[in-house]
Amino acid sequence: MTNSQNVVSPQNVQDEWFRPKQKEEGKAEAVVRPSLSYWKDAWRRLRKNKLAMAGLVFLIILAFLAICGPIFSPYSVDGTDLPNQNKAPSATHWFGTDELGRDVFTRTWYGARISLFVGVMAALIDFFIGIIYGGVSGYKGGRTDAVMMRIIEVLYGLPHLLVVILLMVVMGPSLTTIIVALTVTGWVGMARIVRGQVLQIKNYEFVTASKSFGAKTSRIIRKNLLPNTMGPIIVQMTLTVPSAIFAEAFLSFLGLGIQAPFASWGVMANDALPVILSGHWWRLFFPAFFISLTMFAFNVLGDGLQDALDPKLRR
Amino acid sequence: MTKYIIKRFLMMIATIFIIATLTFVLMHSIPGSPFDDERTSNPTIQANLEKFYKLDEPMHIQYLYYLKSIVTFDFGPSIKKPNESVNELLARGFPISFELGMVTILVALLSGIILGTLAALRHNGIIDYLAMTFAVVGISVPNFVLATLLIQQVAVNLEWLPAATWSSPLHMILPTLALATGPTAIIARLTRSSMLEVLTQDYIKMARAKGLSPIRIVIRHALRNALMPVVTIMGTMLAGILTGTFVIEKIFAIPGMGKYFVESINNRDYPVIMGSTVFYSAFLVFMLFLVDIIYGLLDPRIKLHRKEGDA
Repeated sequence: MTNSQNVVSPQNVQDEWFRPKQKEEGKAEAVVRPSLSYWKDAWRRLRKNKLAMAGLVFLIILAFLAICGPIFSPYSVDGTDLPNQNKAPSATHWFGTDELGRDVFTRTWYGARISLFVGVMAALIDFFIGIIYGGVSGYKGGRTDAVMMRIIEVLYGLPHLLVVILLMVVMGPSLTTIIVALTVTGWVGMARIVRGQVLQIKNYEFVTASKSFGAKTSRIIRKNLLPNTMGPIIVQMTLTVPSAIFAEAFLSFLGLGIQAPFASWGVMANDALPVILSGHWWRLFFPAFFISLTMFAFNVLGDGLQDALDPKLRR
Repeated sequence: MTKYIIKRFLMMIATIFIIATLTFVLMHSIPGSPFDDERTSNPTIQANLEKFYKLDEPMHIQYLYYLKSIVTFDFGPSIKKPNESVNELLARGFPISFELGMVTILVALLSGIILGTLAALRHNGIIDYLAMTFAVVGISVPNFVLATLLIQQVAVNLEWLPAATWSSPLHMILPTLALATGPTAIIARLTRSSMLEVLTQDYIKMARAKGLSPIRIVIRHALRNALMPVVTIMGTMLAGILTGTFVIEKIFAIPGMGKYFVESINNRDYPVIMGSTVFYSAFLVFMLFLVDIIYGLLDPRIKLHRKEGDA
């Protein structure tokens, strides 16, 4: 029924259809649609990836809980309560208690703080060292690049976790040493990616144009090269975070991690190991569940970003 | 090719040398002597002990001794277990860890490649989704979490398999499963994505047009090329698996290298830490070297790539 109104028939032809449209000076050249920048386009594509968005939402909630979670809880991170040892999850202790009666719910969010902090700091420091090293190596090229790349190749062959363990033994376990140990070996991958990108982009016309206008090296690196290398760098950062979180948990599990009274997920899982057979499943379940879910979220987000930020996949 | 092998070999030596030096510097930068906590208040005993472990010599002489010990492959006696040498510990622990590592990598390679190939062949089908769900979960669950879950469920609750030690093939199933899941997931993902790419190539269409059977096309034509990325990551994956054995051995009470290494860390037994770090690193670097050579042999294009500055 509604269709019949849209059908053009001799009866409903109107005169105004044949009047020339008024030309508006100045507006003719205007771009009708808002221009889609690289980042907007990437965001648009990322939003379509449901799994990656679920990961992002989970991480936002986790970050919120890591910051505010302990506030909601009446217990403190190291508040021991010996009469209430190893209580199963209940209305008073949502995630149960451990062998000293400490509240697992509270400790889980403190663990989230540490895991996220380690992951994000490791990624950020890798980012800065990698950008400087890779940027210089790629931009200078020639001999400098050759020497810098030989160094990287040798470092790349080092077994990372072994070096990290060694550093932890020497420096003593603490949050700072974990981050230092992880970044000492971790920046190499980032530097390789930055160098590869810079090597490719520095020969593009817009860089030559910028040079011919007399732009200084520092300006070219800041304004032309870095913004265009950001895609792969961000992907690498998102994937560094879960591996750093895993490394922290791994070290804590070997007894080289954060020391009491602080809790990290790895420490909690390690503490839970001896009692797992006595049926106190919640002691292991909550830290293990959140380590896995966080790594999962970062992994799917990284994958999604990889697809979204790759211009070759643009349709 | 020969030139490439020589270059890679020299780099391998350089890496091992750096690890050895780094280990030495790190271990000697720890304040105090390893005997501080023992009741050797008698200065003569202390001096004799230091002489026995050559700790009374100046640093550069110690370093030379240390380099000599690496070249001659004799890491000296352990400090905490004086009647045992580091070599003996390595000889006892390493074969077990090696066995665990090799079984793991074989399981991971086989199941990862099969899973990845099936997923690629049934692209966007049920198998594909199941395999990729497994892959993301497998990458996300840390091996020590998986190990404890397996012990609790399979060994204790169901009593299907023994929970600890390394005494029979039956005992090997759980540790291998815990250690192999992560690598399997990574290999499956890699195989799937490169398989998908290879399957669109012209020579696969050609093979189909010739009327070859699908199985033959996949195994002889597609897999060969799809496996290149898997070969590339074998080196780093091996490193991950071998360090992964540390926790797995701790959890399953397997008397491998990892057990001695963790022990030596906990009681600061420096010769053992140094010896096993250098030995492990050298082993891993050598594996990386082998993987690179195999990769060069498998892919004739690699020489061209290297010249383009993709070193």
